[in-house]
Amino acid sequence: MAMLHLVNKSPYDACSLNTAATIMKKGDQLLLIEDGVYGAIKNGKAAGVLKGLNISVLGPDLAARGISKDKLLDGVSIIDYAGFVDLVEANDNVQSWL
Amino acid sequence: MSEETKKMMYINRKAPYGTIYAWESLEVVLIGAAFEQDVSLAFMDDGVFQLTKGQDTKGIGMKNFSPTYSALGDYEVNKIYVEKESLEERGLTLDDLQHLVWEDEDEDYAEKDSIRLVSRAELADVLAGQDVLFNF
Repeated sequence: MAMLHLVNKSPYDACSLNTAATIMKKGDQLLLIEDGVYGAIKNGKAAGVLKGLNISVLGPDLAARGISKDKLLDGVSIIDYAGFVDLVEANDNVQSWL
Repeated sequence: MSEETKKMMYINRKAPYGTIYAWESLEVVLIGAAFEQDVSLAFMDDGVFQLTKGQDTKGIGMKNFSPTYSALGDYEVNKIYVEKESLEERGLTLDDLQHLVWEDEDEDYAEKDSIRLVSRAELADVLAGQDVLFNF
């Protein structure tokens, strides 16, 4: 039973990224949207909890915030809204860590 | 009406777009700038994300207000303090931020940097010297 975990808050302002990252099971996926995208910045302190996880970031939210691809953790996928739908469809359930 | 000039600081601690605080702060700063007070801005915690360069909001259907920061210099708002610790913790450097400048009319309109990178301790001193603090 694979689950898609959604995080929409900055990890420097809320603990939801940390909760999601530590509760995720093998085969689960993490999608960072809105202010959640800041969590994927490579040199950021918050990125430490993301090691080894399957992570996607919503491209339009990243672009809005001026964070370029080269600043992100290696292995992070940048997806668009259609890719968001695909992820929802590919998983058995969705958990939004609001 | 008092003729006295007050030192006013706007403290910005929220990321842009996720909430309305950043934009509201900018609006208030620009309105306040018309009253010829001694205005300064501080960007700390997630507020440092407000100043990233290259923001493009086409894909999220929201107004990109980041170009407005470059107009602050024209309103004589040229003391913009960015906290070093907040920037570093978030994996950013000064190079990731917009280059904000103002023109010094006392020095033949020489272009000068508006952003001052300060440590938390230095920012504490700046805060201590203010008359009025506005938080966003």
